[in-house]
Amino acid sequence: MQLEVAEKLTVKQAKPKASSAPRRKLDIHFGDRVFYYILKASAWGVVGLLLLMVGLLLDMSWPAFVEFGPKFLINPEWNPWTGEFGALSFVYGTVVSSLIAVALALPVSVGVALFLNELAPTWLARPVGFFVEMLAAIPSIVYGMWGLFVLAPFLRNYLQPFLHETLGFLPLFQGPMLGYGMLAAGIILAVMITPTIASISREVFKAIPLGYREAALGLGATRWEMLKIAVLKTGASGIIGATILGLGRALGETMAVTLVIGNKAHISASLFDTAQTMASVLANEYAEADSDLQLAALTAVGLTLFIVSLFINSIARYVVWQVDKKYAGMGR
Amino acid sequence: MRILAVVLVCVFTQFASAELLINGAGASFPYPLYSKWFAEYAKIDKSVKINYQSIGSGGGIRQFLKGTTDFGASDAPMKDTELKKAKTPILHIPTVLGAVCVSYNLQGLGGELKLTPQVLVEIFSGKIQKWDNKKIKKLNPALNLPKDTYIIVAHRSDGSGTTAVFTDYLAKVSPAWKKNYGYGKGIKWPVGLGGKGNEGVTGLIKNNPGSIGYIEMTYAVANKMPVAALKNREGEFVGPTEESVAKAAAGAEIPQDYRTSITDAAGKGSYPLAAFTYLLVSSEMDGPKGEKIVEFLKWAMGPGQKLAGPLHYSPLPKTLTERVKQTVAQIKVK
Repeated sequence: MQLEVAEKLTVKQAKPKASSAPRRKLDIHFGDRVFYYILKASAWGVVGLLLLMVGLLLDMSWPAFVEFGPKFLINPEWNPWTGEFGALSFVYGTVVSSLIAVALALPVSVGVALFLNELAPTWLARPVGFFVEMLAAIPSIVYGMWGLFVLAPFLRNYLQPFLHETLGFLPLFQGPMLGYGMLAAGIILAVMITPTIASISREVFKAIPLGYREAALGLGATRWEMLKIAVLKTGASGIIGATILGLGRALGETMAVTLVIGNKAHISASLFDTAQTMASVLANEYAEADSDLQLAALTAVGLTLFIVSLFINSIARYVVWQVDKKYAGMGR
Repeated sequence: MRILAVVLVCVFTQFASAELLINGAGASFPYPLYSKWFAEYAKIDKSVKINYQSIGSGGGIRQFLKGTTDFGASDAPMKDTELKKAKTPILHIPTVLGAVCVSYNLQGLGGELKLTPQVLVEIFSGKIQKWDNKKIKKLNPALNLPKDTYIIVAHRSDGSGTTAVFTDYLAKVSPAWKKNYGYGKGIKWPVGLGGKGNEGVTGLIKNNPGSIGYIEMTYAVANKMPVAALKNREGEFVGPTEESVAKAAAGAEIPQDYRTSITDAAGKGSYPLAAFTYLLVSSEMDGPKGEKIVEFLKWAMGPGQKLAGPLHYSPLPKTLTERVKQTVAQIKVK
């Protein structure tokens, strides 16, 4: 039994390192085996926890699915008075606000990472990098309050009138300008996910060997061309990975969004209009849900959020995989 | 998670002291008063400690029905379907009165805004869109209403007793509102911005010139917000004060089980947006805990009422506290 375990371990570990002889001796130590089982238990524990959560969500939301069927997912109506519940307007709110956030945050974050890593002198890069990472440490309620008292009035008085005048022919920028709504939520999320994307992109760029850059410059590339060929293309899958993490935070963010989005369950083409996300409707209605059906419907929204996050993450994983394959010859 | 937290807190505090611990949970609206009450009561009767978690009325009812807590608390009375789930009949004990205020943000108005129920309904359903609408002007000829300014409606986005009181009133005064939007702790609002909690709506009103919304009186007073006078059944315009709210309770006809709404109450000088808040107790309770709860309720109907005013709640009218004392005396303790 002991030998079997030891062999199993060595087979697993032999792959990266060739010098397996002294290792094998370590592996049959009692402490190492305990450590192995602890690690294994932690890994499976996480999987088990996930399954338990899905099971609980399914169990609690079952009455809603029985009542509304699959229509629950495509019905935009949410009305506690009539007892009609559908999740579509929340799915729309979550997805659109997160997409706005990524669209705004991605170029800025990559720009920040490029500047700090490739262009800025060290005396500047260190403190600026530190401050960018500090942004990630601000609690979301603080972002929410800032959105409520500073960002929304700013949008109402300056940005929205400007967008309406210049791009008002698009349905995206029409309707009453209240400040609160989808646009405010998207912008606040963008600010919140920028440090995540920026600092991970920076680590990715740091990991690219200096030789690549030198080779590009040596072939006569300009500085911009060097960044494009040696840094951005090589680090593409890393940037996408960073974006997924940022997107994950945006999809699940609750407090800051709830404070600025206006909280109305409907689908409106205008970004000026109010909206509601899956996380914010849970935060708003869970504590005071009137009927059992509403409680079940809210749990079903929670389950939907879970599935949407999983779905988006899988797509992103797939993209990373594709990009990795494409640049396999160039990168690693 | 909350249940777990409540349980953990209970377990730990029980170990920590030998005194009798009574657990309650529910409405957040009367929480400031209840925490004051329980602190004061602990000084009078040192053998008992009452622990209250303000988790919201809905949660309070659910926990109490499950038997996790010794008493519940709710702003809105329980529904018949909920009452049927209880093993022993549940009593509603009205503790104090609260008021919902219609607050607004209009600079240089030069006086107090007056509104009739019909105009209020039309504003909150989006039919009246601007402040210089002739219906508002007619009610407030002396006021300097802003020209061509849109009304921004602010309402609660989370389920709340405040919304229940406000929409109950709108549904009472307007059959059209009742038919289209209904009433309850949360409804599908036709217009406006949703803020989370009283503090969220207060923030929306303070931040948006031209806004109007409803908040609890404690928040209006604490934030020095202007409040509208509403036309009551007798045709008078009345603002929310301790007296006008108490008059609403005095003018209303209150059934045997106290489960009633006192919005749009009759009687001179009564404010139409008033409501009871209740403690929920079992009509049959066990041993020492039951005795202590009964004693506490008697105290709350007597000296406890005096603590309400300073915290911007209205005490119950004298006739009502006497009635409640009789109800409390009928609780069976085994």
